[in-house]
Amino acid sequence: MANALKITKNTEESVREFLKILLEKRKVKGVFTLKKIGKNGAVTYSLITKSDELNDAVPFYPLMPTNAGKLLSRITRNGSTTEPVAVIVKPCELRAFIELVKREQGHFENLYIISSTCGGVYPLKTATDGTIEKNLSDYWDAVKKGEINQDLRPACTACTEFTPYGADITVDLIGNTELEKKCFLLLNTKKGEELVQDMKGELVDRDFDKEKLKKFYAKREKAKNQFFNENTKINGLDDLIKIFGRCIGCHGCSKVCPICYCTLCMFDSSNLEYKPSKYESEVRQRGGLKIPPGTIYYHLGRLTHVGISCVGCGSCEDVCPVNIPLTLIFKKVGESMQQIFEYIPGKNITEKIPLVTYNEEEYTEIEG
Amino acid sequence: MKKDDIFLPKILTFLCNWCSYAGADLAGTSRLQYPASILPVRVMCSSRVDPLLILRAFLNGFDGVLVTGCHLGDCHYQEGNYYTRRRFVMLKKVFDSLGLESDRLRLSWVSAAEGQKYAKVATEFTQKIRELGENSSKNKIFL
Ligand code: SF4
Ligand code: SF4
Ligand code: FES
Repeated sequence: MANALKITKNTEESVREFLKILLEKRKVKGVFTLKKIGKNGAVTYSLITKSDELNDAVPFYPLMPTNAGKLLSRITRNGSTTEPVAVIVKPCELRAFIELVKREQGHFENLYIISSTCGGVYPLKTATDGTIEKNLSDYWDAVKKGEINQDLRPACTACTEFTPYGADITVDLIGNTELEKKCFLLLNTKKGEELVQDMKGELVDRDFDKEKLKKFYAKREKAKNQFFNENTKINGLDDLIKIFGRCIGCHGCSKVCPICYCTLCMFDSSNLEYKPSKYESEVRQRGGLKIPPGTIYYHLGRLTHVGISCVGCGSCEDVCPVNIPLTLIFKKVGESMQQIFEYIPGKNITEKIPLVTYNEEEYTEIEG
Repeated sequence: MKKDDIFLPKILTFLCNWCSYAGADLAGTSRLQYPASILPVRVMCSSRVDPLLILRAFLNGFDGVLVTGCHLGDCHYQEGNYYTRRRFVMLKKVFDSLGLESDRLRLSWVSAAEGQKYAKVATEFTQKIRELGENSSKNKIFL
């Protein structure tokens, strides 16, 4: 049985055209994808209804201006979109969106989700001076070969979840040696099959190059272990103080975090405001106080809020103005939390977030 | 060593209204001896104890934080303490992953009839914290 649509043309071009036809044939009313802005490599997510506007769409551009999961939640927070929309997102963005749906911050009923095996993204600053544009040919070369690219976000170099969960269509990128000539849309669901009906291209039998993906996984896993282990071990308060000492408290990391969805963050609220009298009493107690206070509390507190669902997209670190290794901390601690509950965030929409469920017989050793 | 030299830790203790608070009360009315290290806070249910409260107590220099609640199956709100347990497991993991002393955190189920158990937990935990010594966060100015 055919399970893929083959389009004999450059992959990104094929998908762009595919999206245009979707709009023209009114199969969907909107397309959510990355679109180019200017020449230096800046891109932005956009919701597009006019097919002309897709001329400069770059669905697989290796940059993540915002984790799209957060953006999809904005569109669907109050209910599914009234019209069908095709969305093209990266695997960790899809996972973040699913975590938000679990928190009733989004709906995906009317979305056709297209994702791909993912080669990772570059830090945002590469899009300010055109560096990213210069990197592109190397980037696609490495993707074809199933190699890890240089200079990616550290989160991407260490990402082993590069195959999407729950996409209707997965575009075959990693290890597809004929990327420039052939595009394969792998159909995972009924919705995916519906979408490609009567579309240009040929229905074929096709699967990922499993061997290649396995090898790629091994490379990423090795990189992840290196990333986790070779960085200085964080051992106690003094280390935390060293790491977070230069934090300026802008809370940019939580603003871009796809899991942080609160309209008013607890850590920005009057709940945590230090009144002048409070400064005095703290100073009296401790013999001094960093001002503004609460830096470690903010970061550890945020870990307890988002760690269980952290998809490791690396957005936090990318926006930090003082280069705090947030990915290392959130991804590493997050994964260790997830492991106790055998939970992979965003993998399965029907699986509950570990903190809102329980088994009667578990973790009995913790009580004493 | 003079008696006064023995370090008396400060332990913030959350007691759920329906079981553990009554248990602690019973320990008192039964005149059971336990250390004066405990600073009790009554909450309606152990599941009211947001991990942030524990974290904050820890960073504010409490030497230990004890969370108590009804035995599993006995929670006044049916399932509150099952959630408490998961959150506690999670918080301990955060501590362990960052090399913070998770031994300063303890979770215990104490029923209204268990004055004895309450006194025992308070005594043992105080002992344990004595071994760990003061919480260094007390003297840090950057937190
Ligand atoms: S983005 Fe960086 S500086 Fe700003 S609050 Fe987060 S860690 Fe601190
Ligand atoms: S840190 Fe916590 S309170 Fe703040 S936005 Fe994130 S989840 Fe909400
Ligand atoms: S009421 Fe006691 S633990 Fe919930």
